[in-house]
Amino acid sequence: MWQFFHKLGSPKWFFGIAARLMPWLLAGGILLLMAGIVWGLAYAPKDYLQGNSYRIIFIHVPTAFLAQSVYVMMAVAAVVTLVWRMKLADVFVKSVAPVGLVLTFLSLFTGAVWGKPTWGTWWVWDARLTSMLILLFLYGGVIALDRAINDEKSAARAVSVLVLVGVVNIPIIQYSVEWWNTLHQPSTFKLTEKPSMPAEMWVPLLLSVLGLYLLFGWLACLRMQTEILLREQRTRWVKDYVLAGRG
Amino acid sequence: MAFESFSAFMVMEGHGPYVWACYAVFFLLMIGLMVWSLRRRNAAIEACRRGYEFQAGRQDQQAASASAASFTRVKVSQD
Repeated sequence: MWQFFHKLGSPKWFFGIAARLMPWLLAGGILLLMAGIVWGLAYAPKDYLQGNSYRIIFIHVPTAFLAQSVYVMMAVAAVVTLVWRMKLADVFVKSVAPVGLVLTFLSLFTGAVWGKPTWGTWWVWDARLTSMLILLFLYGGVIALDRAINDEKSAARAVSVLVLVGVVNIPIIQYSVEWWNTLHQPSTFKLTEKPSMPAEMWVPLLLSVLGLYLLFGWLACLRMQTEILLREQRTRWVKDYVLAGRG
Repeated sequence: MAFESFSAFMVMEGHGPYVWACYAVFFLLMIGLMVWSLRRRNAAIEACRRGYEFQAGRQDQQAASASAASFTRVKVSQD
């Protein structure tokens, strides 16, 4: 167990594993995402209340789901950085923050465009939308703080603290639709109950969520590889890897 | 199919612009993010390779200037 933990902390070992996983993550992600989207756009029945505008759900829910889930992963990595000083955890936080930012923006954008025909307005300052906007600012703050501090170790510690403080926002987003009156509809998927939609709607939704998860995995591996290369460029194995790659 | 024709699919009973705008922005940003990340990794590899070549070049130069210096010294001693 400890040996595995130590290996996991080794940038060289991770680099190799990531290289082997990435083709599968990319292929699987694109396949599942496209299947979910094509099914959702063209084959799923239309909603009896919202008509066809509900088809935005097949990208709105995956991006919103991932935006929060990426933040939780970052928080776990931040704890690991602070407690065990594991380099890879810090590399992870730094690498995926911009991905989280894009996903959060996409969920807000698709939500606003869906809101116009459904609620009659692009934006309301209610709990769900506002807490999601705060998540966007948190991602922006993490990126800015990391860039503002030159020393790698101080940057890692400051960013970890910010990520952990911000994690309080996640349950607020999650329960905002139940705690406050809001225009936003309740969650489609709950762990304890059956989905409130027919299978022809929730199966493609599940496919696109899984597909986007795999694509996120690919992006995380790729961006972590970049960060590792830059940080470890003085080591023997990076030199061998770089020079071997160009024959 | 949930639609009778391709044009019905595009129009989506008036909701077409909203739906297609969302999907367009989604694909634009996701593909952009993927291409940007790929380019960044390749740029990092390239930067490392140049760094190593620069180092190797400097080492060669140092070796060359060292031998040149010893050659000059020999010449001076002959005078």
